[in-house]
Amino acid sequence: MPHDHHDPLSPSGHPFREDNDTPLSYWQRMEIAIRELMIEKAHLSPEEIALQIDAMDSRSPANGAAVVARAWVDPGFKARLLEDASAASREMGFDIGPMNLIAVENTATVHNLIVCTLCSCYPRNLLGLPPDWYKTRAYRSRAVIEPRAVLREFGLDLAGDIRVRVHDSTADMRYIVLPARPEGTDDLTEADLTALVTRDSMIGTGLPRMA
Amino acid sequence: MAERVRVKAMMPPGHVRTPSYLRGKTGVIERELGPFGNPEKLAYMLEAEKQPLYRVRFTMEEIWGTAAETPTDTLDAEIYAHWLERV
Repeated sequence: MPHDHHDPLSPSGHPFREDNDTPLSYWQRMEIAIRELMIEKAHLSPEEIALQIDAMDSRSPANGAAVVARAWVDPGFKARLLEDASAASREMGFDIGPMNLIAVENTATVHNLIVCTLCSCYPRNLLGLPPDWYKTRAYRSRAVIEPRAVLREFGLDLAGDIRVRVHDSTADMRYIVLPARPEGTDDLTEADLTALVTRDSMIGTGLPRMA
Repeated sequence: MAERVRVKAMMPPGHVRTPSYLRGKTGVIERELGPFGNPEKLAYMLEAEKQPLYRVRFTMEEIWGTAAETPTDTLDAEIYAHWLERV
């Protein structure tokens, strides 16, 4: 009885994912054609492509969390991060390639939210791949039209006296939110603080975990 | 006082990185980001001149008018110089 999926639902109650045996799209064919040409003409090797995919997959929100926690404990680093977030990330040893990163700071009176209305720009070179919802038309359009309603759906009901600043990544910059350090964390080490920083808190759709 | 600029209300075809919802809207320059290749040329592998890039801050009231969720909330976007005119 190997994989006969007569039952339309998996044991976890979700539908089984369909096999991807539909015809290739135009752009998929283009990607394969260009990749094979690049290999044939010895501009790239399959190993180099695999290594790049591996490097991107190994990036994760943990990198950003380390940057945020450092900013919470080191005022000098925080100043450098807000001045030039690319340089500050590299200072911590993260290879972010040519990415131009801007850090925007949440305070008692300001809450920042990141979106890319045109496509899916995201600080991948620091945080890894974006969540699927970040790329949906619903998030991309609603984040600029009704950011507070979107934040409520993420469980974040902001007081009226907090100003929301939405940042639309329309061009060459990428953005990371520097969330406010949670209260009651004075005794925590930098490593402990890192564990409080969530991916969503760096997009602005969430807050750090409470200690 | 921050410099006030208006996004040109052009509708050119092709790869354009100025969102439609900001065209014709007025904001203030939040910061200057330096020169970047014009994406409208880069997208077609044409020789791309450098354009100064600015972060422009708009109020939600300016963008959405009376439909704004909270008029004083703001939106920042990166706009290339050739899309901006001083007000």
